[in-house]
Amino acid sequence: MKAYLSRRYRLSASHRLNTGAFTEDQNRTVYGKCNNPHGHGHNYVIEVTVGGPVNAETGMICDLGDLDACVRKEVVDRFDHTNLNLDPLFQDRVPTTENLCMEAYRLLAGAFSNAELVRVRVEETGNNSFEYPVNGLFAER
Amino acid sequence: MILLTRKAEFSASHYYWNEAWSAEENERVFGKCANKNGHGHNYTLEVTVAGEVDAASGFVVDLKQLKDVMEREVVGVYDHRHLNKEVSEFAKAIPTTENIAIAVWKRLEGKIPGAKLHRVRVYEMVDLFADYYGEP
Repeated sequence: MKAYLSRRYRLSASHRLNTGAFTEDQNRTVYGKCNNPHGHGHNYVIEVTVGGPVNAETGMICDLGDLDACVRKEVVDRFDHTNLNLDPLFQDRVPTTENLCMEAYRLLAGAFSNAELVRVRVEETGNNSFEYPVNGLFAER
Repeated sequence: MILLTRKAEFSASHYYWNEAWSAEENERVFGKCANKNGHGHNYTLEVTVAGEVDAASGFVVDLKQLKDVMEREVVGVYDHRHLNKEVSEFAKAIPTTENIAIAVWKRLEGKIPGAKLHRVRVYEMVDLFADYYGEP
């Protein structure tokens, strides 16, 4: 029987939303307070969902320790207490939480093979969250 | 179609152990969860039903009936119990969060008047939860 398991991780990072595609005025207009040249930060929650058949011997979709180790290595240790703008992944794209969510998904999809990576959901604050990809049952929530 | 979700809570103890394995193998795979003296959690259960809104009542499901079914079939059976020792479905299946979600689905399926069970979500803790949608 196929089930889904979700685990939440936390990381704190700073960022500044600014793009070379806009003028200074346009950046200020579009990004508002998020365009502050000195940056600002968030406590992000990274919610990772994997899916698959429940193993009859273990009762589990996959080993939670393996998932934890992978997410810590690929995502938490990479971004925690850093300035996202300085990460190579954000040299050509703005470190919005949409982009952080998609990059976290790509990093994990390339590194975790014990179960299907179904979704990454990132909470920037308690009021803002982003999900990628949008597919299947999870999109119907 | 619209989805409606109701929450409930129960507190229970459990441990993870596969009788077919050696003690060393159980401890290697399950770690702290293999302590046979058990440990416990405050579980949060979310039951989501799907259906059409009734034109007369404005309801997709009678919440009182849904609450009563969840209480009778799940919370009343699991709350303040040792899942391995006192709940029949876990005599053999290991009471992992995944298996609890599947077991709750089996307990509720077909028993909710007027609505279709869409999802069972079980939180073992705030940062860990399992979902089951009835998929084979």
